[in-house]
Amino acid sequence: MLSVTQVDKRYPNGVLALAGLNLTVAAGEILAIVGGSGCGKSTLLRLIAGLDSPTAGRIALDGTPVTAPRPEIGLVFQEPRLMPWLTIAQNVAFGIRHLQAGERTRRVSESLARVGMASQSGRWPRELSGGQAQRAALARALVGRPKVLLLDEPFSSLDALTRGDLQEHLLDLWGDDQPTMILVTHDIEEALFLADRVVVMQPDPGRIRTAMVPPLARPRDRADPDFLHCKRRLLTDLGHASGVARHPVAASV
Amino acid sequence: MNTEAISAAGHAIATPSFAAADAPPSRPWSGANRLIGLILPLGLALAWETAVALKWADGRLLPTPSRIVATLAGLAQSGELTSHVLATLQRVALGFAFGVAAGTVMGAVSGYWTLARRLVDPTLQALRNIPSIAWVPMFILWFGIFETSKVILIAVGVFFPIYLSLSAAIRGVDRKLVEVGRSFRFSHGEMITRILLPATLPTYVVALRSGLGLGWMFVVAAEFMGAEEGLGFLLIDGQQTGRPAVILASITAFAILGKLTDWLLASVSARFLTWQDSFKPAE
Ligand SMILES: Nc1ncnc2c1ncn2[C@@H]1O[C@H](COP(=O)(O)OP(=O)(O)OP(=O)(O)O)[C@@H](O)[C@H]1O
Ligand SMILES: [Mg+2]
Repeated sequence: MLSVTQVDKRYPNGVLALAGLNLTVAAGEILAIVGGSGCGKSTLLRLIAGLDSPTAGRIALDGTPVTAPRPEIGLVFQEPRLMPWLTIAQNVAFGIRHLQAGERTRRVSESLARVGMASQSGRWPRELSGGQAQRAALARALVGRPKVLLLDEPFSSLDALTRGDLQEHLLDLWGDDQPTMILVTHDIEEALFLADRVVVMQPDPGRIRTAMVPPLARPRDRADPDFLHCKRRLLTDLGHASGVARHPVAASV
Repeated sequence: MNTEAISAAGHAIATPSFAAADAPPSRPWSGANRLIGLILPLGLALAWETAVALKWADGRLLPTPSRIVATLAGLAQSGELTSHVLATLQRVALGFAFGVAAGTVMGAVSGYWTLARRLVDPTLQALRNIPSIAWVPMFILWFGIFETSKVILIAVGVFFPIYLSLSAAIRGVDRKLVEVGRSFRFSHGEMITRILLPATLPTYVVALRSGLGLGWMFVVAAEFMGAEEGLGFLLIDGQQTGRPAVILASITAFAILGKLTDWLLASVSARFLTWQDSFKPAE
């Protein structure tokens, strides 16, 4: 279980990015975080990843405080961030460099196969399409078999078709080890398609506005009326969260 | 007769744009393209040779290429050239090796640790502005007239471009890549060897090449300060005995060796840079 307790984050320039944030994520849960630009989603993810430390409050995984990056926590950034001087396989091996060479090769090919990139292992990052590069980044995060997988808008730079593909793929991958997943996204459909719970954040200072457990059976259908209903509710919440006055009709649906 | 060649040529003329776009440049042509660089020096040499042969010019102060080649051949036959070249090469190699080693370590450390940078960078920046020739009297005083002072002078010349480029390049490495290393809990050593040095390799290679160029410049200065052999000694010897052909033979040898070692460095390093996603100008 991952717990975020009364967390504040103030950046050196004085910006209060998060204030009094509380969040608990159960093991194996898929949580989506949505919210307007600048409401502290990336900040929260970086704190959970141990890349940055909170100004106040506590973050703990299974009772142990997170103060620095930990092997049980995997992270996929918004950009692939592959090392251009390493082949795809070498990039993926970054996450398990402490293992023996034979075991490493085995795990890397297994991980690449899981994201459907087995045939690309010897290529350079510059030779990949955007979607392939993001798959490789996913393989790199998964290869260490993390208990918690953090994803910061991992598909936002992809076209709708590739994004849909990767979303389904992500669910398949989740099915194998069932890690806890925290997914930051701008895309409400993506959140509803993937998540067990959707958290809406609001800015100034960043905090949680509402949470929703969509009453939707899996596999989810984006055209299902219940799905659309959830989507409208979230849109309304988001409208309030970002302080934009919404059309009364949209709010009353 | 050679209908194949003619029709091929005709095809190329008929559809020039296709030929240019589709056909990768064939081997013999790319070889020939490289030889383009020889046109200028050979043309100039030939022009001077002709001018002197036709008595349009006097070859006494600027000897003709054929006389320079003959001088070089004479020196080679007596075995003098080999010993001069070897002496100079050894000095450059040693000075380069020490300069690169020190420049790399210092550059990496001061690029990575702000404290180290604050500590050493101002001093090094100040030292950098001293013309290295100014050190010669002190080096002779400290390290004697023989090899040590020469090698140190060359190493000092090589050190600065490596140090400066590497420490600046490390500070310019994409924070996003460094963060990936942090998220995988890289140690300082791993961060330097697995992310910072590879990321700065393209800049580093350029620094190595300019360092090597400076090494060749400094070896002449080093050999001016009293040497019994070496190409710089040959040059001084030519001057003192009034033989311009010997001076030019030595200069030619410097040019050829400098070019060869630079080419060697560039082609060895190119093998490590195939991953680069950089601009490739059209042929
Ligand atoms: N390194 C930083 N230094 C100072 N302020 C920062 C820094 N990073 C983010 N901020 C500020 O903190 C706030 C939250 O930023 P954050 O990146 O977490 O937003 P976000 O919700 O991820 O936005 P987006 O959806 O646009 O990615 C913003 O006001 C931003 O300007
Ligand atoms: Mg963000």
